[in-house]
Amino acid sequence: MIISEQKSKEELLAAIDGKARLFLVGCAACATACKSGGEEEIFRMQEWLASIGREVTGSVIIDEACHIMRAARDLRHHQTAVADADALLVFACGAGIQSISSNTDQRVIGGLNSLFLGNIRRLGQYEEKCSLCGDCILNDTAGICPVTNCAKGLLNGPCGGMEQGRCEVDGELDCAWSLIFERLKRQGRTGVLERPVPPKNWGKVRKPGRHKIKA
Amino acid sequence: MSRLEQAFAAGTFVVTAEIAPPKGIAVAAALAKAKALPEGVTAVNVTDNQGANMRLSPLALSALLVREGIEPVLQLTCRDRNRLALQSDLLGAAALGVENLLLLSGDHARFGDHPEARSVFDLDSVQLLQAVSGLMAGRDMAGKALNGVPSFFVGAAVAPAAEPFDLMLSKVNKKAAAGTRFFQSQAVFVPAELERFMLAVRPLQVPVMLGVLLLRSANMARFLNANIPGVQVPAVLVDRLDAAVDPLAEGVAIAREMVQAARDLCQGVHLMTLGHEDKISAILAR
Repeated sequence: MIISEQKSKEELLAAIDGKARLFLVGCAACATACKSGGEEEIFRMQEWLASIGREVTGSVIIDEACHIMRAARDLRHHQTAVADADALLVFACGAGIQSISSNTDQRVIGGLNSLFLGNIRRLGQYEEKCSLCGDCILNDTAGICPVTNCAKGLLNGPCGGMEQGRCEVDGELDCAWSLIFERLKRQGRTGVLERPVPPKNWGKVRKPGRHKIKA
Repeated sequence: MSRLEQAFAAGTFVVTAEIAPPKGIAVAAALAKAKALPEGVTAVNVTDNQGANMRLSPLALSALLVREGIEPVLQLTCRDRNRLALQSDLLGAAALGVENLLLLSGDHARFGDHPEARSVFDLDSVQLLQAVSGLMAGRDMAGKALNGVPSFFVGAAVAPAAEPFDLMLSKVNKKAAAGTRFFQSQAVFVPAELERFMLAVRPLQVPVMLGVLLLRSANMARFLNANIPGVQVPAVLVDRLDAAVDPLAEGVAIAREMVQAARDLCQGVHLMTLGHEDKISAILAR
């Protein structure tokens, strides 16, 4: 799921400067699960906005804000409240924010920072394991992604900063290559440690992204 | 053939030193420092935005050194350049008479003075070594033929004391297979760790230069231990520096001991004296 967090109150204040009436949009999918843009957060946002003298003309939690047509339909259902607002304040990931902005000519203000594609350890604790790089090399690296988990994305083993199997950038994190090394050891093979990995094909990153699943 | 390559080929104990390009364009001091190095120093490493701190291009300073008759070892990291920029700088280096390279991944930008920079790491050090081999064979990474082929004496870095040892060693092996002609090590302060490493890499037949870092004071040692990834100064040495009346002289003595260990175990030393280049003769004294 897409892990996101709310922008700071200072940043939000600056973003809504001069906007007296706001329509709030949340997302029932990822932003709800990571408590950045669900029912509860939208309610609390409404209270905060009231406390600083802003009017909330209405709100909606879209089932999946990234769904462009669904976002269009939900905005139509709240046509009057949306039209009444000086701006829409959206608590969804960057994809969700742009579903909204592509469906209205009104000002759309994003209230979240999208952080990463996250695995869930437990509620509120997320881990980044995949960078969506478009050219998966997990089959070559014992099922652990160094593109994502190595701070430098190194493909041929640890850098010189590894200390006791920990990452040079964050001593609390395991070096991705040390994790790969340990797994290969448990599996009784040397795998990628004895095989050079060629430079990555960054041409596979679909940017600007457009993808159609063939029938 | 570079003097560095000749020195290794002749089997002499090779000494290199290191200078950092200035932050700014006042290169006179760096050039003067390089010129003042004692005779036993074969070549001078020129660091590449070391510690991810932005400085003058090491390629430019290397070219200036060549002009002065001083042999540089151009350090090149994967942090700030993609594969086009790396290959293009390498061709430029060869055209300017730079023959020696030390190819590195590079410290993470988070440690430097531009922590908001986007790190590149399009290639890693092994892939960069392979790319250099390709250039020397007349082809770029896309397989296109070069008009004028460069020739380099290529080195890579090793971290002899890193754990897990076998994991560290697997990367050393890959670097050797990718065409490294010499290794320059991270600073090591425990001869036993160096011995273990040298025993493990002996089959590779690649000469190793021990990295010797001059400790100026106990505080510097403590700073290294706390902040510099991959460098650990043992407590005995910190105590020695603490107890010393003249900590710099004690640091020189410690460096001299490591050089002695290297004379027994390695093929050379790389001295990192951080501004105290005037101490090099004392560090090399037997």
